[in-house]
Amino acid sequence: MLYRTAGQFKTSYTADQALFPIRQDAYLLGIILIFAWVVFPLTASEFTFQTLLIPILIYSLAAMGLNILTGYAGQLSLGTAAFMGVGAYACYKMVTIMPWMNPVVAILLSGVFSAGVGVAFGIPSLRIKGFYLAIATLAAQFFLVWLFEKWAWLYNYNASGAIQVPNLKMFGVYIAGPQADSMIQYFVVLGIVTLLTLLCINLTRGNLGRTWKATRDMDIAAELIGINLMKSKLTAFMVSSYVVGVAGALFVFMWRGAAEPNLFDIPLSFRILFIAIIGGLGSIMGNYLGAILIVGLPVMLNTLPQTLGIPISSAMVEHLNIMIIGSLIIFFLIIEPHGLARLWALIREKLIIWPFPY
Amino acid sequence: MKDLKGYVTADGRQIGGVLMEMRNITLKFGGVVAIKDISFDVREGEVRAIIGPNGAGKSSMLNIISGFYTPSEGEVWYKGEKRPPMKPYEVARQGVARTFQNIALFEGMTVLDNIMTGRLTHMNAGLVSQAMWWGKARDEEIANREKVEEVIDFLEIQNIRKTPVGRLPYGLKKRVELARALAAEPSILLLDEPMAGMNVEEKEDMSRFILDVNDEFGTTIALIEHDMGVVMDISDRVVVMDYGKKIGDGTPDEVRNNQDVIDAYLGVQH
Amino acid sequence: MLNDIFVAPFVDMFAAPDFLMQVLWEGLVSGILYALIALGFVLIYRSSRIFNFAQGIMVVFAALTLVGLHAMGVPAWICILLTLGVMFVLAVVIERVVLRPLVGQPDIILFMATIGITLFLIGLGEIIFGGENKVMITEELGIPTGSVLLEPFGGLLILEQKDITAVIVAALLVVGLLIFLNKTRMGRAIRALGDDHQAALSVGISLQTIWVLVWFIAGIIALVTGIAWGARAGVSFALEVIAYKALPVLMLGGLESITGAIIGGLMIGMLEKLFEIYWGQPLLGGNTETWFAFVLALIVLLFRPQGLFGERIIERV
Repeated sequence: MLYRTAGQFKTSYTADQALFPIRQDAYLLGIILIFAWVVFPLTASEFTFQTLLIPILIYSLAAMGLNILTGYAGQLSLGTAAFMGVGAYACYKMVTIMPWMNPVVAILLSGVFSAGVGVAFGIPSLRIKGFYLAIATLAAQFFLVWLFEKWAWLYNYNASGAIQVPNLKMFGVYIAGPQADSMIQYFVVLGIVTLLTLLCINLTRGNLGRTWKATRDMDIAAELIGINLMKSKLTAFMVSSYVVGVAGALFVFMWRGAAEPNLFDIPLSFRILFIAIIGGLGSIMGNYLGAILIVGLPVMLNTLPQTLGIPISSAMVEHLNIMIIGSLIIFFLIIEPHGLARLWALIREKLIIWPFPY
Repeated sequence: MKDLKGYVTADGRQIGGVLMEMRNITLKFGGVVAIKDISFDVREGEVRAIIGPNGAGKSSMLNIISGFYTPSEGEVWYKGEKRPPMKPYEVARQGVARTFQNIALFEGMTVLDNIMTGRLTHMNAGLVSQAMWWGKARDEEIANREKVEEVIDFLEIQNIRKTPVGRLPYGLKKRVELARALAAEPSILLLDEPMAGMNVEEKEDMSRFILDVNDEFGTTIALIEHDMGVVMDISDRVVVMDYGKKIGDGTPDEVRNNQDVIDAYLGVQH
Repeated sequence: MLNDIFVAPFVDMFAAPDFLMQVLWEGLVSGILYALIALGFVLIYRSSRIFNFAQGIMVVFAALTLVGLHAMGVPAWICILLTLGVMFVLAVVIERVVLRPLVGQPDIILFMATIGITLFLIGLGEIIFGGENKVMITEELGIPTGSVLLEPFGGLLILEQKDITAVIVAALLVVGLLIFLNKTRMGRAIRALGDDHQAALSVGISLQTIWVLVWFIAGIIALVTGIAWGARAGVSFALEVIAYKALPVLMLGGLESITGAIIGGLMIGMLEKLFEIYWGQPLLGGNTETWFAFVLALIVLLFRPQGLFGERIIERV
């Protein structure tokens, strides 16, 4: 009953092409946005901001970037973390070289650098396909992390080899660094993530999105109907790396506060790949669902034994966590290989015709 | 032969000058010669068929026209100019659209999106405009959607617009593929076995669509087909190929009475 | 600068040929281990189209089990048998729990599932055996630990006996595997499966049995690799990292070629060592082994997309 679509007619192509052709979806989104912008900030504790809200948003954004490349354009990448690193280091260099720069502008610009690096490492995709390409992206992963470590200029010749986020102000308020308030940071992250999500939705439903999907589904046919594969693949690498780079800058500047090169190592790449796949390849919303699961679950598992009063060492909890996440990945792949987004789509389809399916 | 005036068909349609011409095309794969020294032309507004038994080199010929294969020897002339070596997507952007023998639709997309990909060559809004869904990108999206809806009406597939292509039956997939090619408003439409694997009813439907396309939009059509009967009914001129060579070229009646063609199709007594 | 890149390294090589030989030998030994891991990948990929990311953790898991059992007081040789038993059980469980429900899914899904297996095994391994570094029971297994000194060109070349053993055992393993694949009924079935799933099924080959078998063989290979590498560098989860090195080997040699895996492995092992010693350390600050193999494979593939041993692919519509 909730999802009754009868009586909603479209009278123009504009209406049919609207973001949410079904009214109920728009309501649902409205509720989510109210929660994100009003309810959470009013009720969340410092702990919730730091362990759930902020990381879920940042991971969603990174997964969305990867999803554009892998889910929409069909180019499997295992080097996401390294491109996040490029974004983070670029942002760090910008704010230390030009301290007067508006930090949000710096974060948004840092994606430009990762986009450039992404295009460079995307060039092999013109010749290499499938798993071979996935391994090729590992070249980016290992090479860039090595570079973060060896190129001392990147971390301003720090003795520690790590980057420390300085205190940064915007409009007189600290938004990054040790003095920044979690709620402010949450709003900055939420703003940027909302903006980029909107842009990504537009790109994926428009002409470029169709170009990417055509490349993914059948590249030979795509070329024969007039798609320049090189352009299609490289724009996918560019847009994807841009989003991933911004996510990387947010990751360090709005959440971690500091970063060493090995933070951007391969486990981070895999975590983001899990989010994209469990959420659903070729879906924007799926990234959020995946991030909620992958980020939220360990937090839950960590707090569960304490609340239940089970005496268990924290190392044990961590190992159990890894095991459980591994099994959950397999479990979700078995019940719905197309991810949580597909699961939701099926439920929604059922709801629309419920209770009279025939 | 090289006159630019064209001719008038039996049913009174005016056929124009030469639109595309293949000159002495030879295609080799390593040592295998797939096509040997074939020349023929396609005139504006006509339905031109290439027929022949299995392995005659028909598909290879179509692939040369659409730029997927580069001929080992010979020239392709298009709209009065010799075509330089180019990528398939550039050929498509010059107004050559095609369908495929083994349906090549984008399975992960809806029917509407698939047909919209046919309009890609007509859309050129920039990245920023597309990301904002504003200005040029939005106007293009709506204008091209209207074009696509015309094609959808024409081919009578309104009710499956939003269905993912993967769920469609074979016959409908063929029709969607035709729709995608038509949406491009091509100067020349290449059909690779449009009736393969269809039952009689579907074949009749498809023949009707092909003739209607030619009639209403004046689209030049070059098609490959196995089914002699259908081909003879709908095409204006026919090229017959066998073992990579051209053995006949002319109106359906001329071809039907050509001794070489009869030998190739019915076999020769030795 | 140009001198440092193009001249000086070669001058160094000729000035001290014994050192060069030492470097090549070290590279060869690593290369053999890369090749072994790559071989595990190839076997599984050929028979089931699964890109098995868990091969690396299987190496760790096998080595940990072996050492762990020995620490419990089990005699070394029985440990080996028991570990093989564990690897067999692992193969059966993976086939039943993971592979069977996922038959026919897209490649990327199966690939993700093997990453799931990897995480599961890391967690399990840490819980059972603990995360600290352990010593491989080299002597208990009867592997000699001395070294052989050679004096080519009046210099000095040191060959560790355990490395020599590793090379010999690896070679025997490869020969045994080739005989198995080419001469036995089961072996031929595995190869048939790689060529055509449907056809193999239609002549009465049981998919399930073969998958268990293939994963078990991959487990045996993992154990051998684990022992050999563990003897050199100790047993810890850091071993998993060497499994990544098998990936560029696969790129070079092709996902389906056994010969490719062996030659690719040896090539990468030796070239990365050479590059590190003669170019990486003096010019780039060292530690280039983390990425060199990948970049090398990438460059080769740009010029030969089908890899070194693959056949040229003709695309059709």
